[in-house]
Amino acid sequence: MPIIKNQQILENTWTFVDDDAPLAGGDITVSVKRWTEDKPALLQHSGKVGVRLTPADNVAALGDDLPFIKLIELHFPTFSDGRTFSQARLLRSRYNYQGEIRAVGNYMTDQVFYLHRVGVDTFEFNDPKDMELALSAIKDFTVRYQASTY
Amino acid sequence: MYQYNEQDQTLIEERVTQFRGQTQRFLNGELGPDEFRALRLMNGLYIQTHAPMLRVAIPYGLLASRQLRMLAKVARDYDKGYCHFTTRQNVQYNWPALERVPDLLAELATVQMHAIQTSGNCLRNTTSDHLAGVCPDELEDPRPYCEIIRQWTTLHPEFAYLPRKFKIAVSGSEQDRAAVQLHDIGVYLVRNEEGRIGFRVLAGGGLGRTPIIGQTVKPFLEKKYLLSYLEAILRVYNLLGRRDNKYKARIKILVKETGLEKFTAMVEDEWLQIRDDMLLSEERIAAMQAQFTPPAYEPTANSDTGLAQHLADDKAFAKWFKYNSVVHRVSGYRAVFVSLKAPDSPPGDITSDQLDALANLADAYSFGEVRSTHRQNLVLADVKQADLYTLWQKLDALKLATPNIGTVTDMICCPGLDFCSLANAGSIGVAREINEALDDLDYIHDIGDVKINMSGCMNGCAHQSVGHIGILGVDKKGEEWYQITLGGSSENEAAIGDRLGPSVAKHQITESITRILDVYVQHRLEEEAFLQTVKRVGLEPFREKVYANH
Ligand code: HEM
Ligand code: SF4
Repeated sequence: MPIIKNQQILENTWTFVDDDAPLAGGDITVSVKRWTEDKPALLQHSGKVGVRLTPADNVAALGDDLPFIKLIELHFPTFSDGRTFSQARLLRSRYNYQGEIRAVGNYMTDQVFYLHRVGVDTFEFNDPKDMELALSAIKDFTVRYQASTY
Repeated sequence: MYQYNEQDQTLIEERVTQFRGQTQRFLNGELGPDEFRALRLMNGLYIQTHAPMLRVAIPYGLLASRQLRMLAKVARDYDKGYCHFTTRQNVQYNWPALERVPDLLAELATVQMHAIQTSGNCLRNTTSDHLAGVCPDELEDPRPYCEIIRQWTTLHPEFAYLPRKFKIAVSGSEQDRAAVQLHDIGVYLVRNEEGRIGFRVLAGGGLGRTPIIGQTVKPFLEKKYLLSYLEAILRVYNLLGRRDNKYKARIKILVKETGLEKFTAMVEDEWLQIRDDMLLSEERIAAMQAQFTPPAYEPTANSDTGLAQHLADDKAFAKWFKYNSVVHRVSGYRAVFVSLKAPDSPPGDITSDQLDALANLADAYSFGEVRSTHRQNLVLADVKQADLYTLWQKLDALKLATPNIGTVTDMICCPGLDFCSLANAGSIGVAREINEALDDLDYIHDIGDVKINMSGCMNGCAHQSVGHIGILGVDKKGEEWYQITLGGSSENEAAIGDRLGPSVAKHQITESITRILDVYVQHRLEEEAFLQTVKRVGLEPFREKVYANH
């Protein structure tokens, strides 16, 4: 599935590995639980390693591990779960996370403007049609009220 | 009043473009109903019994005459020639067609108006005191802070998908006219022991199914921290508010289930980490205050002698003066209430013709501005006393001068069964019936300050739980019944009303209300208002009378 990064549609190189599945090769993401439990093994992984957060995950729990995490996927179970927005914001502004933050799961192209503003920099969609929409929606507004560094 | 700059204007225009695209995708079948629902709600658009309902924002209730004219035009061109003012100072249209809403919003944008975040699980319109800037009991004008909050809440990227709706109110006067304690966040301007002005911040208030009065989380907040404190509360709520049950998703439930102390500690902890990064500078505040400078009052306005003469000569005018105008900060001026509670019209409704005429009156007599009130009336805030008599005659001709502000017929009432698909019972019809039963103005005036609030169902759009007399429509085997509460208040001594007893049938509700008023008249001590009597004698005497031979 392609992704949007820097206003461009690119091939996705990452694979999410389920908790009970063996680690795949290449760049992978795992749940917070697996990250916490299998950290030593994951740090030995040949490809890059990222973590997928659900809205209930507390970003503070990743704390000191952040420099080792190359990608954080924020997973929307439903588009209405707005905890994701605070997670992204905290990762960027409180924990100074420099890696890639990607929105995945069931969310709307109509949300990418807000997501981009809270620090999400890449977007995965299930439906390729959404790609074009999202590219334009990210520019829905040229002005903003809240001071923001993003 | 606040005038949009280029950025403000661009933002609302871009919002119209965005919503036009979303509506089009929905109509083309490219956007699912659940997704479109969330998006249209954040543009004020509900779907109800007959047609969509559109709620238009009136930030802190302030309107310029050209905006009133636009509301009139929209009512004429997109609706049935009238609209409805709400309890949060906004305005609602009951009949716009979905496909035309983007055009409607584009028209509103030409006069600096919009429907952004007037519904949905997001930060809503910030409300305030309708007498802000003109009442004598004010510490400081709250509107500059309301506008600062309006801007901060508008399209806030982090808080657009909250667990539930979120409402903020700000008041700067001794008397709370904005129901501050019944908001998710309530803000009072206060002076601390050192004489500095800042904010007292409350959280966790709200109406609806589980009405709860807000509690103080910050007794004194320095002005520069206003936005960081709001942000801290919102972040805690966004992350921890319940999302599993929409009836438990408001911040009031989070505060209740967490406990005030622990909740406050979490907010403080969050706030300490962000407060220095988002300071509100004195320059920013001063620049905003400059947008709300007083109009050019005439220094000799109080030398007029005509008013006293008219008051002596014309009893009807004197009554209107007493009930529908209040004292102004500036001598020689009064603030005038425009009653939207004429006996034969649904509470809060106004026609296009009335709106246009009122816009002209605002231009002629009140510096071109009008305000909407929490109790669904309008205000001309700066009327010279010498103009009052003429203004009264003109308002009277428009049926906007019913002298009943603050009286028992100044009811708050939701649309009920007539328009709302959620309703258990009618409310507009009952309001009319109560009005017919109370057609004696002298009696109404003798009864004095009684606030009746009536909602057609548990959602409580008309704040029945905080009415001095609350009426709630309930469904009993498909029939319309009414639950009565007494002793509620949304003012300084905010309180949730107590249930009088079993609900009463539709044919009994009006008589129940008149009996309640009779009991009050019988038991009141001299000068004692309804609410005080209820507090003193308790519910029993009312119960006895209401349920006698029912
Ligand atoms: C006919 C269209 C309407 C529909 C479908 C509707 C629907 C609702 C619903 C479902 C709630 C409950 C929300 C909750 O519990 O959190 C609610 C609450 C509310 N509505 Fe309405 N409503 C309508 C009209 C109105 C009108 C005309 C007003 C103003 C007069 C109004 C003002 C409010 C207020 C102030 C609340 C409660 C505020 C609070 O919980 O703090 N609504 N409405
Ligand atoms: S209180 Fe109930 S009946 Fe009245 S408008 Fe609200 S949802 Fe509808």
